[in-house]
Amino acid sequence: MKAFRIFKRNLRDSLKSIFRNFSLSLASISCITITLIVVAVSIILSLNVNNFTKIVEKDVTIVAFLDVDINEDEIDEVYDQIITLDNIEKKNVVFKDKMEITKDMMASSSELRSVMEDYTRENSPIQDTYQIKVTDINLIHKTAEELNNIEHIDVVKYGEGMVEQLVTVFDTIRKGTVGIVIALIIVTAFLIANTIKITIMSRKREIEIMRLVGASNINIKLPFIFEGLFLGIFGSIIPIIITIYGYSALYNHFDGKIFSDFIKLIAPTPFVYFISILLVAIGIIVGMFGSSRAVKKYLKI
Amino acid sequence: MDLIRIRNVRKTYKTGTTAIYDLNLNISKGEFIFIIGSTGCGKSTLIKMLYREEKPTNGKILVGGLDVGKIRNRKVYKLRRKIGVVFQNYQLLPNSTAYENVAFALEVLGIPKDEIHSKVLKVLDLVGLKNKAKQYPNQLSGGEQQRVAIARAIVNGPKILICDEPTGNLDPKTSLEIMEVLQAINDLGTTVIMVTHDISIVKKMKKRVVLLDSGRIVKDYKEGEYKNESI
Ligand SMILES: Nc1ncnc2c1ncn2[C@@H]1O[C@H](COP(=O)(O)OP(=O)(O)OP(=O)(O)O)[C@@H](O)[C@H]1O
Ligand SMILES: [Mg+2]
Repeated sequence: MKAFRIFKRNLRDSLKSIFRNFSLSLASISCITITLIVVAVSIILSLNVNNFTKIVEKDVTIVAFLDVDINEDEIDEVYDQIITLDNIEKKNVVFKDKMEITKDMMASSSELRSVMEDYTRENSPIQDTYQIKVTDINLIHKTAEELNNIEHIDVVKYGEGMVEQLVTVFDTIRKGTVGIVIALIIVTAFLIANTIKITIMSRKREIEIMRLVGASNINIKLPFIFEGLFLGIFGSIIPIIITIYGYSALYNHFDGKIFSDFIKLIAPTPFVYFISILLVAIGIIVGMFGSSRAVKKYLKI
Repeated sequence: MDLIRIRNVRKTYKTGTTAIYDLNLNISKGEFIFIIGSTGCGKSTLIKMLYREEKPTNGKILVGGLDVGKIRNRKVYKLRRKIGVVFQNYQLLPNSTAYENVAFALEVLGIPKDEIHSKVLKVLDLVGLKNKAKQYPNQLSGGEQQRVAIARAIVNGPKILICDEPTGNLDPKTSLEIMEVLQAINDLGTTVIMVTHDISIVKKMKKRVVLLDSGRIVKDYKEGEYKNESI
């Protein structure tokens, strides 16, 4: 009961103090807010990148188009050469006959059907293909080149490199944000420490009296730690709102995918709530880290 | 039984100044004692060691059985709850009323509101400020502010009340009123230790008087002994 009363008092004091030094508190809160927004963006980005890199890694297929006039023996020769390559899933090298492809294409559109109706093996401009899966998507470019060098392979295609580029771009962004986040967190912690320092200075007499009448050290320090904690919580409000509404809006806008079907975004629920919890936690940790630094440095008791 | 026992205490500050030299002093429960002496003779240093604002460099200080020099920082609050302290400059919170200033001392200890209420009113009554409870420090005279400070010091029922020149800023008449309050507190059983420069008060009160000079006790007058000495 007694501990609870002291606890309540401390909470109240720390909230009061935030409003008493409002402009300073606001500066700290804004700093946490900015930091957490960047954190949120980078986390959302990197989790999404991870997510679709996994999907992409499973699904990216290189299509090797064979010469139009290729014969049966040559088709087998090409196969033998493909499976000697390093970055190839040997079980996932699938031959697709030109007639089969033609049939698929005709089935997908009535216009194509009328054009393709008369195609035979001999006069068809459609090429036979091998569909090949790679083991490491990062080496897909090199593998494609190697395939291109094989005799009787005409052209090699794998989503025009877009997927690969997207992965690299997002990965670079992710790495860049890590640096920014660390810098921001340090600045924020300093700013909070400074805010708490000013609170400590402005409450010097109160602290002296508390010591004099026999308040325990922890009881004297706690309001300042709480103040940092509250700054952290207040600072995370806007980033959380942005995360929950912003990400959901983004997801709906893109219909859950970017550019093509296989770059799928992570579904907003429960993803955004998970991010939100993480943001509050980071806010609290940074806030309390800043305040405990200030207390250690300026509250010598 | 001695409430306070000071044995061979020496205090040398970090600056190299020795403020107290090998001092011995016993104070019993319920006593009223003045500590006098010229400026810089170590009066404040001596009482600061009693409530562990300063640590003795050598020797031993026992306050109510606690070895003050050995208490850890974390545990100092236990000593402080046995001791009330009053200063020359009152040390009130300017944005709190008289009532709130006194209540503050109990709030920080987590005492329930209704208990705080009755204790604060009782102690404000004792110092004669019941009708000014809602006034802020800047709406009170110096003497009244000092009464608030005294009320705050004793509201938690400490065994010892330490006053460092409590009448230093007050006129003679107001000073005497403050002395009446301290006497009333002493009558209730609280040991009162008061540092002062005001010789006329010391003469009037006829209490035990300890005279310090350059960090040493040069004279320890028993009750009523101190008459027309000059320092
Ligand atoms: N914190 C400190 N650090 C260094 N020296 C100090 C400190 N406090 C006091 N002193 C020195 O110790 C000596 C005694 O000081 P103290 O304050 O105890 O004197 P005092 O008797 O209370 O004087 P006054 O009557 O003026 O209040 C002085 O020489 C003073 O300069
Ligand atoms: Mg002094």
